[in-house]
Amino acid sequence: MLLVLWVIATVTFILMNIIPGGPFASEKPLPEAVKRNIEARYRLNDPLWKRYVDYMWNLIRWDLGPSFKYEGRTVNDIINSGFPVSAILGVTAVALALLLGIPAGVLAALKQNKWPDTLAMLAATVGVSVPSFIMATFLMYIFAYKLRWFPAALWGRPSQVVLPALALAGFPAAFFARLTRASMLEVLSEDFIRTAHAKGLSTTAVIVRHALKCALIPIFTYLGPLLAQIMTGSFVIEKIFAIPGLGQHYVTSIYNRDYTVILGVTVFYSILLVTLNFLVDLGYILLDPRIKLTEPSS
Amino acid sequence: MQKRLACLVLALVLIVGGIAGAERAAEQIIRFNIGAEPETLDPAKSTGVPEARIELNVFEGLTRLDENDMPQPAIAESWEISEDGLRYVFHLRKSQWSNGDPVTAHDFEYAWKRALAPETASQYAYQLFYIKNGEAYNAGEITDPSLVGVRALDDYTLEVELEAPTAYFLSLAAFPTLMPVNRKVVEADPEGWFLKPETYVGNGPFKVTKWVHNSYLELEKNPLYWDADSVILDKLVATTIESEDTELVMFETGQLDITNTVSRPEIPRLEREGLLKVIPNLGTYYYIFNCEVEPLNDPRVRKALSMAIDREAITEYVTRAGEIPAFAFVPPGIPDAEPGKDFREVGGDLIEENVEKAKALLAEAGYPDGKGFPTLNILYNTMDMHKAIAEVIQEFWKKNLNIDVRLMNQEWGVYLNSRDEGDFEIARAGWIGDYVDPMTFMDMHVKDGGNNDSNWSDPEHDRLIQLAKSSNDPAVRMQAMHEAEAILMDQLPVMPIYYYVEAFLEKDYVKDVIYSSLGFIDFKYAWVAKH
Amino acid sequence: MIMQEELFLPLPKEEAPERVMRPSTTYWQDAWRRLRQNRGAMAGLVVIVLICLFAIVGPYLSPYSYSDQSLIRANRPPSKANPLGTDNLGRDIATRLMYGARISLAIGVFASLINLTIGVVYGGIAGFFGGRVDNVMMRVVDILYGIPSLLYIILLMVVLGPGFGNILIAIGLTEWLSMARIVRGQILSMREQDFALAARCLGASRWRILFRHLIPNSVGPIIVTATLTIPQAIFLEAFLSFIGLGVSAPMASWGVLASDGLAGIRSYPWQLLAPAIAISVTMLAFNFLGDGLRDALDPRLRS
Repeated sequence: MLLVLWVIATVTFILMNIIPGGPFASEKPLPEAVKRNIEARYRLNDPLWKRYVDYMWNLIRWDLGPSFKYEGRTVNDIINSGFPVSAILGVTAVALALLLGIPAGVLAALKQNKWPDTLAMLAATVGVSVPSFIMATFLMYIFAYKLRWFPAALWGRPSQVVLPALALAGFPAAFFARLTRASMLEVLSEDFIRTAHAKGLSTTAVIVRHALKCALIPIFTYLGPLLAQIMTGSFVIEKIFAIPGLGQHYVTSIYNRDYTVILGVTVFYSILLVTLNFLVDLGYILLDPRIKLTEPSS
Repeated sequence: MQKRLACLVLALVLIVGGIAGAERAAEQIIRFNIGAEPETLDPAKSTGVPEARIELNVFEGLTRLDENDMPQPAIAESWEISEDGLRYVFHLRKSQWSNGDPVTAHDFEYAWKRALAPETASQYAYQLFYIKNGEAYNAGEITDPSLVGVRALDDYTLEVELEAPTAYFLSLAAFPTLMPVNRKVVEADPEGWFLKPETYVGNGPFKVTKWVHNSYLELEKNPLYWDADSVILDKLVATTIESEDTELVMFETGQLDITNTVSRPEIPRLEREGLLKVIPNLGTYYYIFNCEVEPLNDPRVRKALSMAIDREAITEYVTRAGEIPAFAFVPPGIPDAEPGKDFREVGGDLIEENVEKAKALLAEAGYPDGKGFPTLNILYNTMDMHKAIAEVIQEFWKKNLNIDVRLMNQEWGVYLNSRDEGDFEIARAGWIGDYVDPMTFMDMHVKDGGNNDSNWSDPEHDRLIQLAKSSNDPAVRMQAMHEAEAILMDQLPVMPIYYYVEAFLEKDYVKDVIYSSLGFIDFKYAWVAKH
Repeated sequence: MIMQEELFLPLPKEEAPERVMRPSTTYWQDAWRRLRQNRGAMAGLVVIVLICLFAIVGPYLSPYSYSDQSLIRANRPPSKANPLGTDNLGRDIATRLMYGARISLAIGVFASLINLTIGVVYGGIAGFFGGRVDNVMMRVVDILYGIPSLLYIILLMVVLGPGFGNILIAIGLTEWLSMARIVRGQILSMREQDFALAARCLGASRWRILFRHLIPNSVGPIIVTATLTIPQAIFLEAFLSFIGLGVSAPMASWGVLASDGLAGIRSYPWQLLAPAIAISVTMLAFNFLGDGLRDALDPRLRS
């Protein structure tokens, strides 16, 4: 796991240093003297390997360095203040997506090719075809502009969570619905379901206790990366709704060539991702007693 | 007769009453959008407009720009300038920092030297290079700060020596980089004093009371400001929203009073509704020709390209916010030598549009009807507006000259690098003036200048710029710059397209906000009418 | 008891052995037969063919080209001359949509194919072999997830410049990761099931078990993920255009048309609606086809 993080940090370090541009480039080039002072201050004139070694050493102590762009702010500070906001929004959105997507998928599978199925899948198709930035603009237009039910942007009150969470939840909800339906259909035709029915269990019990549990595996798999991604924030949604989260830093730091922020948020995200994927693997075993992570017995 | 007089009096009363009748609202709060998270609020280090929009209201320099962008006495009550224009003596008024400390000449001396000190590594240090030994100190050529030409003669007298006569120095004195800072506070926490409201001590009409990063800042009236009686607003909220759509929704639903910009497609509607506000901005939008590349090394080709586009069509149908088609390089809004005259007016139009002539020039250069003309690339950084303009220009050149160009967009950092390395054929560019003088537009085209991306140079042009820089006589300076601009526009290493304006939305109940052509906003005298 | 060979008498060889009277249907033939019977899937297929025709033939029938401007007729709502209205430079949106379809469909289909090949095989192998192989392969996926894609996209742009082939490379690099994870999860859960065990007992090779038994049995989630890739790739391309790796203006893909149209959602909604509806209809068609394919390919649903 540490190896994975090391590879990610190293490759990112190399990539960001070979792409053109720098943190202090602007349409008005700086006088030489000014440029030299800045490079000295941010130690940009050190040889690359030295900067790499220094960075790695600080990384081990979880000192992510100062931002190049935002004077006086450290990357630790940016993560500490941004992550809770993004996490709240992300967890709300994932919860919404699960609450909407899974029941819709189960319903669709049980009523295969009948109208609830068609309706749910039509909605899901639109849901996956419309990316979050269009969804967000649309939601804002309807609920903030036309109906004025919710504030358009900013962060702090519960009412300000609703629109961005909905916009974020749209895609995963639709994806969950389709995945649930697909795997439910498969599971429902399996022997152990027939056995369960034969044992005289009620339909609800069969679905919840047996079928759904297995059908959830693909969703569960997807949940790892999704949670990591959505909890660390969405660039587009945070920009549109002016939310002080972590997500906007992933993209803007790259545009700004804010090297320390690029590395810091990438490593942070990777830790979250690797941990969540590990938990997903553990979860498999709980969800499906047949799964073993070792090599198959042959 | 008496009746008529009575009517007149009545009318007069009504008019006066009408003006006074725009009563103040009970709640004196303005919510405005600065469009981006401030990178820093340390006046010595900030470079951008969003930052300046906060700093200008939290600090006050020696001077303050009025609604015509002319410097007026502020912390400096009065000043004397020596005959040769090299020595300024400012007399400061007695005033206080927001923590109660007195504002003295020493604060200015400290602030300016701090901005120049190499270890401060301020990007805008060059705003102080006009000061004697400023550049040398910044470059580390001299290490003794006492040699820098700024000195507090006593607590309320500041002496400034310049390298060369600088006609616009009093305007510069109103800029964030030249604002005073409170030494005690800054030295206690040099990296972070401006991040926390408790230590962000200013001397301006407002003080920051809250900063939620990437979201908004709150400012309140500073009761210790020397002219606090003139300040009507109780509170300012500055949001950092980047999305044009979002700020428009917030504006239209009453959550925002002044926007940062305006979404282009919405302009016609908002103009009809009377919400659009357009102010001139000191800047030029232009294309750079790489003069080392065939066939752009031929001035006839550059001229032909410039003649074959329709600038009015671009401003009318594409940019749409009231931009002014550019027929020279220096934008209007800069005073000429003679009082009351505008540099642009005096200089007049220097280029023309003429498709027939363009065709003839192109044929003369060896490409009759565009035959044999290589396919060039137009490079621009990714943005809807730049794309649309490039598409229109591509079509003009195709239609009028029968030549093909390709469009190439790049992400900002990569684009800057390509321009810097000369890795382009034709590139979009924009230049916003640093101060109100033609020089900020003129000295960028000199040979080997850091901002001269066209690889063009002309000795006569360079000589004229040098002349303008060393002279203290406004008439000589302006004449030299007019002549230099004429050479530039004859050779056309750069093809001006339009002069920038700033278009945004302002609620009609927002009164007396001062917008500067340099992008600054001053809320000192602003107030909210009843609505 | 001692068995003696003499006790066994071989049966006389029959002259005419039992013959399969009907031609045997292979897996694929059967799948195609069942697909044809699925009305939804066929409707989806027809719509896809129509969209392809729209993309290939359409531009020849249109009086405009994708770049023909007419500034005075900018931002016109749908009319007889311009059935879908005009854009900010007075270009015919319908025509631009036709050209855009070429790019977006090609990219969507390509991304799905990448997913179906690299993603499925990679995930399948990881899940099937498990243990260390799985661990290493999944950590590679983690690494690719972890490195900001924007960085290598910028690098690709700098090194290769804009161009259609380079878009495909960028999409190929990024689009198969979630598929690999999902397939791996499925295979993990299935490899210990009875039918896999049965196949192994019958002496089927590992690869045969993986490709003929396990993967066909996870076809449901695979198809869902693959169809999902299409809109994702279409919008990823719009993002690549933003970075400068996309097709050069004035040519525009559906994703770019939609992003451009978004700015004028209030004043000129047709500029957003036209590409958005085009993308959604395409997605619907691919979904119906996908569902049909799933029903046709899933061995458990074979009758």
